[in-house]
Amino acid sequence: MIEGILIGLQTALSLKNILMVAMGCFFGTIIGMLPGLGPMTAIALMIPITYGFEPATGLILMAGVYYGAVFGGSTSSILINAPGVPGTVATAFDGYPMAQQGKAGKALAIAAYSSFAGGTISAIFLLFAAPSLSKVSLAFRSPDYFALMVLGLTAVSAFSSKGQFLKAMMMVILGLMLASVGQDSLSDITRFTFNNMNLTDGISFVLVVMATFAMSEALTIILKGKDPSRATEQISLSQLGSIKLDKDERNKMLKSIPRSSVLGFLIGVLPGAGATIASFLAYGMERNYVNEDEKKKFGKGSVHGLAAPETANNAACSGSFVPLLTLGIPGSGTTAVMLGALLGFGIQPGPRLYMTNPEIFWSVIMSMYIGMVILLILNLPLIPYIARVLATPKNFLIPLILFFSVTGIYLMSFNNFDIFLMIGIAVVATFLRLYNFPMPPLILAFVLGGLMEENLRRSLLISDGSFNFLWDRPLTAIIFGGTILLITWQIYKSFKK
Amino acid sequence: MRISTDKIISLLFFILSAFYLYQTYQIRVFSFDENAPFNAKTFPTFIAYLGMFLSILYVVLPERIPSKVDHKVLDYKSTLFLIIIVIIYGFIILKAGFFLSTSLFLFLSYYFLGERRWIWMFVLSFPFVAFFMFLLHGVLDIYLRDPFLKMLGIIG
Repeated sequence: MIEGILIGLQTALSLKNILMVAMGCFFGTIIGMLPGLGPMTAIALMIPITYGFEPATGLILMAGVYYGAVFGGSTSSILINAPGVPGTVATAFDGYPMAQQGKAGKALAIAAYSSFAGGTISAIFLLFAAPSLSKVSLAFRSPDYFALMVLGLTAVSAFSSKGQFLKAMMMVILGLMLASVGQDSLSDITRFTFNNMNLTDGISFVLVVMATFAMSEALTIILKGKDPSRATEQISLSQLGSIKLDKDERNKMLKSIPRSSVLGFLIGVLPGAGATIASFLAYGMERNYVNEDEKKKFGKGSVHGLAAPETANNAACSGSFVPLLTLGIPGSGTTAVMLGALLGFGIQPGPRLYMTNPEIFWSVIMSMYIGMVILLILNLPLIPYIARVLATPKNFLIPLILFFSVTGIYLMSFNNFDIFLMIGIAVVATFLRLYNFPMPPLILAFVLGGLMEENLRRSLLISDGSFNFLWDRPLTAIIFGGTILLITWQIYKSFKK
Repeated sequence: MRISTDKIISLLFFILSAFYLYQTYQIRVFSFDENAPFNAKTFPTFIAYLGMFLSILYVVLPERIPSKVDHKVLDYKSTLFLIIIVIIYGFIILKAGFFLSTSLFLFLSYYFLGERRWIWMFVLSFPFVAFFMFLLHGVLDIYLRDPFLKMLGIIG
């Protein structure tokens, strides 16, 4: 193993590969900031470029793009409440309110430090535990995944304010309903399309997230006559872009980062789970860990609430390389694109990869450390300038938010039905937000809906239609038991006088 | 008896869930799948019943903190106007192309929101969209359908 690590280090530290990581991080950050273009698109755009490279160099470049794009997505989440990728939705919950309070620079700095720490800690885990963790990830079966998804949805309790648990649960159901539109994944039967061809492929994630977050936010600002630039008018630009964190903020970050890194990495290791579930679970877990005063700050610009999902999503990105490199199973859409690129290089990822191609396996892991450092070096000096986006007057900012929302959708489908659907969802979301119906549970349920159905299908088919699968395996029973306890506790808390 | 808006929304949610359940029963599954432990109807059926149960629970249970919205301070007129502008933008984007429709949308939205700094309004519409298009089309090679620019021979 030591020999492999040294070979990896030598490959990763070559000037060419360092340049590739830097280039990947830079382009990834820029592409990730553009709505509708997530890490998957960013990596897909890089594939033709990598064909002329050595496999290790190509993979290093793509890994850099991956991290950069995830960080870029966080930037648009924090500044304009427009998360371009599912993994950065939870970042917006506290990042955007913090930016509205004139702390955009701090919010971006917390995101940068947390991403760096999450990615680095996770890369250390990857270094020592990748081969053995692949066995653990294989131990997870469909019933366990289903139970994990249900547990993930109970994280909605973290987003519901006191007495609003049922509202959050209704939003979960609405999210699942939206996710069920389109072709059934197994039988190809169309559902809830009302004979409209535009709905056959279902509703895209970017559409729902842009409608419920960015567009609905813009409409709410106009509806309430609230001026986002007014909040920052009193604050000088240097304060808006200040990246200096005080001792209290640093301490809070230091508490959140280790636990969110571990959680993020472990969730990332599971094929199919990925950065989204990791960030939502980390947010929920963090809210349960902090004291009552801190709990009240969640959703209003909490440092814990920003650091936790941001750490977890980057940790999960590193974690997702475990099933990819050791089992050849892509854990997410993004790693699926990377698998395609690996196969294009003539490399078959699997349990023997780190023996047959140690230079690839270990150099990718080693380049992760370098990538994290480069990402931090590249982004920290830019934060004061990026944060100034918020100093844009409302008259310009609102139309630009609407432009980015519509463009994100237009780039994906090139039809106006999706634009009208987005406007419709945004209007409903704006109305629901007025009455304190939270949107995050809807998004989480929308993301998990397809996976939940898939795993429930497999579980029920294996158990011949019986729900015994919920307690047949100890792992499923433990996860499910935990979920029931959480729900019971939330309902009790909601109605406790 | 006064019923809060939150409860009215829950009742609407109940109706939505009931409609969703009705639509679930309209799904035509293959005959060999009809009695299978899981088919295309199974998961939506669970969702529909759960939605109905939760909405009824909200209506029946006492409300602890009802939401209060002061409709007098809400600017419905401006919001509606902005929505109409976005809808028109959605209508013309395919016909007029990305560049012209987006530039006009941005320019008009700035004007509607009270902006009168004409130079900034121009810079942040036409040249801004041109730069954005260059970034996507020229640098990233992402296809952007634009019949107007195609007619002028600017893009292929």
